[in-house]
Amino acid sequence: MRKIIQSHATEFALLAVILLISLFLSLATERFFTLGNAFDLLNTSSVNIIFAVGLLVVLIAGGIDISFAVAASVVQYVAALLLESIGGGGWISGLVIAAVLGVSLGAINALLIHRFKIISIVATIATFNIYFGLLMFFTRGVSIYNLPDWLTSRVILFEHEMADGSWVEITLPVLVMVVCVIATWVLITRTTTGRQLYAFGDNPEGARRFGINVGAMQFIAFGWLGLMAGIAGLIQAHYAQEVVPNALYGRELDVLAAVVLGGARLGGGKGTVLGCVLGVLMISITQNGLNLMGVSPFAFKMIIGAIILVAITLSNTSIERLLPFMREGARR
Amino acid sequence: MTEPSGAHAGPRPLLSLRNINMTFGGVKALKNVSFDVLPGEVHCLAGENGSGKSTLIKIITGVYRPEPGAVIDYDGQTYAQMSPVTAQNGGIQVIWQDLALFPEMTVAENIAFQTLLGRWPRFVNYGHMREIAIRALKKLGVTLDVDLPLKDFPIAQRQIVAIARALVGEAKIVFMDEPTASLTQSETDHLLEIVRTLSTSGVAVVFVSHRLAEVLEISSRLTVLRDGALVGVYPTEGLTQSRITELMTGRTFDQHVRAKTRDANPVVLEVKNLTRPGQFEDVSFTVRKGETLGITGLLGAGRTEIALSLFGMSKPQSGEIFLDGKPVRFSSNREAIEAGVAYLSEDRLSLGLIQPQSIADNLVIASLDGIRSGGLLSDERKQRLVAQWIADLGVKIGKQTDAISTLSGGNQQRIAIAKWLATDPKLLILDAPTVGVDVGARAGIFEIVAKLAESGLAIILISDEVPEVYFNADRVLHMAGGRISGAFDPRQCTLKDIEAAVYA
Repeated sequence: MRKIIQSHATEFALLAVILLISLFLSLATERFFTLGNAFDLLNTSSVNIIFAVGLLVVLIAGGIDISFAVAASVVQYVAALLLESIGGGGWISGLVIAAVLGVSLGAINALLIHRFKIISIVATIATFNIYFGLLMFFTRGVSIYNLPDWLTSRVILFEHEMADGSWVEITLPVLVMVVCVIATWVLITRTTTGRQLYAFGDNPEGARRFGINVGAMQFIAFGWLGLMAGIAGLIQAHYAQEVVPNALYGRELDVLAAVVLGGARLGGGKGTVLGCVLGVLMISITQNGLNLMGVSPFAFKMIIGAIILVAITLSNTSIERLLPFMREGARR
Repeated sequence: MTEPSGAHAGPRPLLSLRNINMTFGGVKALKNVSFDVLPGEVHCLAGENGSGKSTLIKIITGVYRPEPGAVIDYDGQTYAQMSPVTAQNGGIQVIWQDLALFPEMTVAENIAFQTLLGRWPRFVNYGHMREIAIRALKKLGVTLDVDLPLKDFPIAQRQIVAIARALVGEAKIVFMDEPTASLTQSETDHLLEIVRTLSTSGVAVVFVSHRLAEVLEISSRLTVLRDGALVGVYPTEGLTQSRITELMTGRTFDQHVRAKTRDANPVVLEVKNLTRPGQFEDVSFTVRKGETLGITGLLGAGRTEIALSLFGMSKPQSGEIFLDGKPVRFSSNREAIEAGVAYLSEDRLSLGLIQPQSIADNLVIASLDGIRSGGLLSDERKQRLVAQWIADLGVKIGKQTDAISTLSGGNQQRIAIAKWLATDPKLLILDAPTVGVDVGARAGIFEIVAKLAESGLAIILISDEVPEVYFNADRVLHMAGGRISGAFDPRQCTLKDIEAAVYA
């Protein structure tokens, strides 16, 4: 047990903060502490969690990506046009198209970073602008509303009316999210490729001396994020029932903050799927709670920024000092 | 004199390199080098920084490709070049100077890292990795918690992890690149013990080190490189340290005791009963104008800690410090600098110099007040100041605006010293001033130290290399366990006397 807490200090710290916030919100509002609300949260967070686990892989491999959210917008738009041209398609063809497009856009980032030796933040700021610029230029900002029926109709996998009248629902986005989360977890903790990604992010020169294929690592990391971004794009279109070119613009920073909050390190080699999911949930819970408390949405960003700072400070320092049996992790 | 013994009639070499050439950006890093390793021997590869040692290892392990014409015979096979995979599968293992470990991963993963390699993804077998790791550590007679991340362990234990990793792949040759650079004496002894065990069990060990005492102690043969060319291969029996230095640098060094009496000079620094619990206790000494006081002792003896207290970076709990007869109590190093104390850090690479910045900017960073003109920094004054110091200390540079990282270790250290001299100090504390400086360049650093002392500076010279303080200081203090446990006058004792006290 001690070992588990030691090696997952960030996750436990996050869990503690989430519990504290939840406790506060349960006392402060009536609606927060209901199963219905909990499932609502899960449904609305699904897209961000899919983005987050993709970004996690890139961060573990020592990179960063700013472009994935607008890449998802490009995928949405192009997929919608392609689906229309093939006469509608279905979930399978939709997911395949989204996945292929997403992976391709991710591969462009990997190519720039590996082949042309551009550092990842610069390369992806450039592709962020290019993807978004191209999208706005060709669409002239026009949204697509006449999506195929299969894409816009809600798929409810499980529903149940609670005694208090609220509905417990598990929808398709949640299922897709769970599959993505499990797949990412298997990739990074259970496969040799995943461990090579960790090693590459932790000590790139060390990995290179072992003969690990550095180029392959970049393509796998950015390809995986591209895959997740493509899927998330399609799911977001399904959830919103429309494709708006700038709907996901700005999402990259929210997701990045959540992933870093979850213990991933900018610089590579560190981060877990659990921490990543908790990071996204914490931000959603806070947002949801503020909503229920009737706080002005204009104050959200400010409050969330403050919470990120507090949580990161907590998980870096005091938790380890508060619990004396924990070693100082970052003894330097 | 020992003669090269290039041709040997003994056992067939396990590894044999011929015609190794390598060029980096027009510079010949290796010129027609040959190199042999016999099965199970301990071989030392010696040479100054930049002599081509690391390049040679990288060719043997397949990180670099030698120029065409190279012949690499290994274990009955002939190759024109190696690849990392062939080298590893064939049992060539390297423990790099920077260890090339993965701090965020567990000890088990680090040791059994080879099981994670391969082009196609497979599922990881953590249980198998733990078994491999525990078995490898057992071979070395060490127990570590293999489930903890490596970053939780100190450097000496990481070194052991690196060795354990090398043993996993059925090693036939283990290269160790400067393995003792960051170890204390007892840790070094333990490491040398491990090297002997390996050698007895038939694994050849190639030791790359410029700590010469170890070289003589551990290896049976020595290959010396200088400026990318082979100087020769020598049996270590009968070799002396000064002979090896000569072979490495191509020059002879006439080392003599410089100590003189400075009793007539006024006292600059007096330390009385200085104590900081856990670091040093009841330390008293004086340093006079023009005097060089040597302080030696093992790592952790409290040498650096005393220096940091004199420099105002940590507060002593009790005791007194007098500078020019006046009691002082620094609450920050800025106060110490203003009072005329300068401290050359033991860690030049990360603390002493700002590597990407220019030579000129590094030199003036501690004395910016002196180059101000009307509130703003004056470029002209800066250039004048820098040019003056560079001439005074004989630093070889290209342009003032070149990054400090373009200079050799010895020249970097001269800039670091100049940086402090520019603050016009009374007392200069030099903490391990030759770490990372080539043998040849060390003499130059000590020339400067002697000149500075003659000009009236009081100097404290801290070093864990006893010969440095023995030859270059007027008096030598020996610290152990935070206390001063002996005082020596180099004119009235031998080097062996001090070494016996330090390594007792």
